[in-house]
Amino acid sequence: MYNITNILEPITLNEALRMYSDNPKLKIIAGGSDVLIQLNHGKFDDVELLSLRKIKNLNNISLLEDGTISIGAMSSFSNTFRNEIINKYLPVLTEAAVSMGGPQIRNMATIGGNICNGAVSADSAPTLFSYNAFLKLVSIDNIRMVPINDFYDGPGRVKLQPGEILTEILITKENYHKMTGNYIKFSNREAMDIAMLSVAVICNVENGVFNDLRISLGVSAPTPIRCYDAENYAKGKSFSKETIETIGQYAKKSAKARNSWRGSKAYREHLINILSQRAIKEAIKRAGGKC
Amino acid sequence: MIEVTLKINGKMYTRKINPMLRLIDFIRDEIKLKGTKEGCGEGECGACTVIMNGKTVNSCLVLAASANGAEITTIEGLSNGDHLHPIQEAFIEVGAVQCGYCIPGMILSTKALLDENLDATEAQIKEGISGNLCRCTGYTKIVEGVKIAQKKIINSQEGD
Ligand SMILES: Cc1cc2nc3c(=O)[nH]c(=O)nc-3n(C[C@H](O)[C@H](O)[C@H](O)COP(=O)(O)OP(=O)(O)OC[C@H]3O[C@@H](n4cnc5c(N)ncnc54)[C@H](O)[C@@H]3O)c2cc1C
Ligand code: FES
Ligand code: FES
Repeated sequence: MYNITNILEPITLNEALRMYSDNPKLKIIAGGSDVLIQLNHGKFDDVELLSLRKIKNLNNISLLEDGTISIGAMSSFSNTFRNEIINKYLPVLTEAAVSMGGPQIRNMATIGGNICNGAVSADSAPTLFSYNAFLKLVSIDNIRMVPINDFYDGPGRVKLQPGEILTEILITKENYHKMTGNYIKFSNREAMDIAMLSVAVICNVENGVFNDLRISLGVSAPTPIRCYDAENYAKGKSFSKETIETIGQYAKKSAKARNSWRGSKAYREHLINILSQRAIKEAIKRAGGKC
Repeated sequence: MIEVTLKINGKMYTRKINPMLRLIDFIRDEIKLKGTKEGCGEGECGACTVIMNGKTVNSCLVLAASANGAEITTIEGLSNGDHLHPIQEAFIEVGAVQCGYCIPGMILSTKALLDENLDATEAQIKEGISGNLCRCTGYTKIVEGVKIAQKKIINSQEGD
């Protein structure tokens, strides 16, 4: 049986960082949709919670002067997919946010919690990998910017240092400007189910050629991954049927899919091949191209 | 113990609580409003849905302490005296209720949906109640009920 001994609710980030540095054993709670389930399952014994919900501005979404988009870690999934900046500049993140959970979970769950929980199935992860997002990690005496692609450490593990809080997710202009894309979540049920497999494609295409292509996969390895071999192969190539099929094969090779009750390794590999191709074709279509 | 104050269906309640207490326990055990149901206790079924500051949440996944200062609507807060809410009337009329266990949550999800988008299409209705499981009805009558509720609310607004 678990026991919550206390809940701290600081109202400024500085206060939160001070509390966390004084006691790194505090458990951060954002929306609580992972933490409370983990408590129920007996993952912790006595735990003192550090809640981020009262800290102002941690849920802001803004377009900075240099075109960088900043998403506050405490932005809920509902808040994210209803936001005009996200819909206009990061439509693939809108797609990912809408695909997550059901309405109630999307109202509670935060995007920062989704990342920091480290699940391979996290619906925000493949899209943020493909947008080359940076994470702003703040502690009492340090601020570091870490590419999300370097943040995951293994199933359910991320590289947060003691005392560190994720405050913002940042996407620079060159990473979304003139890009199109598509997120496909494949699951047994259409609602309230986590992904058996997920693919996020972001690309820049011009005159029938891939200038840039980024493919990221969820539930295909111990962490979300990028398919660099497939991406490098595609660059500069025209998008013929054969090229896209070869990209699908490369994507499959990047993965280390596993057997699980949700799906077998062989089925997952098939999905990676087929769904990457499907997402690429949709992205090309959205860019006004034909393939 | 932590002191919390919640506004539930328009009334203020202050209690000293254990930090472990969930919002659903506060509503059912402290305030004794038994309309909010617990199904799975894990966010999956939606039976415990309440509206918190205008948005639906699963009250089994919210700590009461984290709801301190919030405004909560439960199923008991929907009717106006003896007059049922149009969504409640519609569900009764069409026979959308069998055992009834999912219905408080289903109606609150419907309310949140129609408050935001009264003209929701069938697809949007299905999406709006996708976090609420019903083991009895097969959903057809529930979706019909929501459509009737839309008409009732639109008519009553035109009558104003
Ligand atoms: C019924 C149900 C359905 C779900 N469906 C989906 C789904 O379809 N797709 C999906 O991806 N997920 C799903 N989830 C999982 C969960 O809702 C998400 O991972 C959610 O985004 C977690 O966010 P949260 O704010 O609730 O996190 P919390 O539970 O509050 O925190 C999660 C973890 O991150 C840490 N943390 C949170 N914020 C920060 C921060 N700012 N800095 C440092 N550490 C932090 C916490 O300490 C904790 O370890 C589902 C969960 C439930 C219960
Ligand atoms: S009891 Fe809360 S979602 Fe099932
Ligand atoms: S009426 Fe019985 S669960 Fe819905």
